[in-house]
Amino acid sequence: MAYNLKATTDKPERLTGGHRLCAGCGAPVVVRTVLRALKEEDRAVIGAATGCLEVSTFLYPYTAWQDSFIHSAFENVGATVSGAEAAYTSLKRQGKINDNYKFIAFGGDGGTYDIGLQSLSGAMERGHDMVYVCYDNGAYMNTGIQRSSATPKYADTTTSPAGSVIPGKQQYRKDLTKILVGHGIPYVAQSAPIGNFKDLYQKSEKAIYTPGPAFLNVLAPCPRGWRYESPKLMEICNIAVDTCFWPMYEVIEGEYKLSYKPKKKRPISDWLESQGRFKHVVKKPEIVEELQKEIDTRWEKLLKLCGEA
Amino acid sequence: MAIRDKLSGNEAVAVAMRQINPDVVAAFPITPSTEIPQYFSAFVANGQVDTEFVPVESEHSAMSACIGAGTAGARTMTATSANGLALMWEMLYIAASCKLPMVLSVVNRALSGPINIHNDHSDSMGARDSGWIQLYGENNQEAYDNAIMAVRIAEHADVQLPVMNCYDGFITSHAVENIELIEDDKVKAFVGQYKPSTYMLNSDEQIAVGPLAVPTHYFEHKRQQAESMRNSKEVIVEVAKAFKEISGREYGLFEAYKMEDAERAIVLIGSSVGTAKFVVDALREKGEKVGLIKVRVFRPFPAEELAQSLKGVKTVAILDKCDGFNAKGGPLFSETTSALFVNGYTPLAVNYIYGLGGRDVKTTDIEKVYSDLSEIVTANKVEDPYRYLGVVEA
Repeated sequence: MAYNLKATTDKPERLTGGHRLCAGCGAPVVVRTVLRALKEEDRAVIGAATGCLEVSTFLYPYTAWQDSFIHSAFENVGATVSGAEAAYTSLKRQGKINDNYKFIAFGGDGGTYDIGLQSLSGAMERGHDMVYVCYDNGAYMNTGIQRSSATPKYADTTTSPAGSVIPGKQQYRKDLTKILVGHGIPYVAQSAPIGNFKDLYQKSEKAIYTPGPAFLNVLAPCPRGWRYESPKLMEICNIAVDTCFWPMYEVIEGEYKLSYKPKKKRPISDWLESQGRFKHVVKKPEIVEELQKEIDTRWEKLLKLCGEA
Repeated sequence: MAIRDKLSGNEAVAVAMRQINPDVVAAFPITPSTEIPQYFSAFVANGQVDTEFVPVESEHSAMSACIGAGTAGARTMTATSANGLALMWEMLYIAASCKLPMVLSVVNRALSGPINIHNDHSDSMGARDSGWIQLYGENNQEAYDNAIMAVRIAEHADVQLPVMNCYDGFITSHAVENIELIEDDKVKAFVGQYKPSTYMLNSDEQIAVGPLAVPTHYFEHKRQQAESMRNSKEVIVEVAKAFKEISGREYGLFEAYKMEDAERAIVLIGSSVGTAKFVVDALREKGEKVGLIKVRVFRPFPAEELAQSLKGVKTVAILDKCDGFNAKGGPLFSETTSALFVNGYTPLAVNYIYGLGGRDVKTTDIEKVYSDLSEIVTANKVEDPYRYLGVVEA
């Protein structure tokens, strides 16, 4: 069936309004799109790592989650949800429950690339039938914008500040999506909430309904950390994919497939100039050139992997 | 008819787990508890249980997976030792605050460093304030019995807390002893079906677990958790009575051994009790009024009962198989003396730190303690209440 945004948004919301995430935050947009990919008749257990998403959606005694939900700690949503999935497998096998359940874990980049990497890796390697979604906003935003291994090089964060000697973060981003590809799991994809959300919706559907573990890495801009005006959320996502800072692709049973190729690749300076966190480097041509080169190299490698080069 | 067998402590606990047939076991290997998931995964591989076994990549993930499974509605068990328990630390508190019934067999081992695989109580004693019930077994039989009773205690409607089934590494976990097993059907009937009142896989009612609770609610959460721990004492006694009916074996909060007219007493935990009882018997033969108390339940701490049991003694030595590092004594000493003080009894009390890192505890060590207690009675004072037993002083 052809994708239709209106039809998918007619489904009841599984993350309701009233949560406390910031205006212009990418996280709830990502979560709602992922959850729309669930069949209405399917039940779900949703897990979240400690982070903005968790503290803003489940402040006792209120919850914005319509499905059963669990948060236990920061570094372990992979293991926690794997335990819930194991319970389901056991209880279903014993005939103690009848409904169909799907298991989805959400973690920010801090809880996924860094402190939660081991727990994620273990859950994926063990083959639990679950989806892990990283909403990547490129820093520890919940604790106040500290650098993570997902933070882009030269970004100004509170633990990689742009100083008079050191111009922000000194390392390139870790390529987590490829690390997950290395796990040999059935489905890995990178996406962003752009346009009518078709890319993210369809990847979520594949991730949820492919038996076994699946991983989605989804760009989720943060107006506080990236320093853009709230209404620019969707524009920022477009720039991310059109500059190839955030390529969208999927890896099905180890086979790479490019999801989006910009008609005209925009210069990385468009990306840098759209956000206050890069303000200190936009007027430094040598840095802009270095970043452009790195982006180009990564993009060319990806094209080769996808058989597009 | 009970089944007579010869089993190591770990094997006996694994057999109890097979009989209980939990829905999920998530575990990670660490000496000396490793045999439990080893034996148990064989039960899984041979189709003897319905359990989903999750061979996690760390103890932190073991406890996290158990929390996920437990909140989903599964009866859940795991096992660990020492550093494994330390790695679970963060999640121990979260399991307890979720009011999650679960049984964790802690095969007591010295906590690093230096790294040491042998027995003391520094691992579980460090977790004494994590909100878990703690039962300590003296031998293989007690490790097996406590594993079964722990399920009923944890799942009791007035408790709903996780339970540690603690027993001594190698001495109890690996040594093979004669043991009486209970028939499978009797164990199954004793623990019953697990019927959680709220759980994530309940199709009639979705739940959310693990909220952010700000100052308007956090305190009340903790208060309710504390109430469950208070309730558990009575439940532990109740469950022990029911257990006696199927096993013939009697359990209390602690065992008072030859305490009726004792003037000098020792309080201790775990496998060294057998050695200490041997010494008590020998001294009693000589007409000395000595006794001992074996603490079985450390959490909740049976303060009133323990104080009552010690009220008649002139002097008491409290033996801790872990140091307190507060420069004043070990945890059992602090809690026992506090119980005595609050209940208005003031026998002369002395603390011995003993057996750290698997240091042998010999009858001569225990004899020395009783002999020191005689000196304390004569002097009618304790000058140095924080002492070591069996250590080589530099």
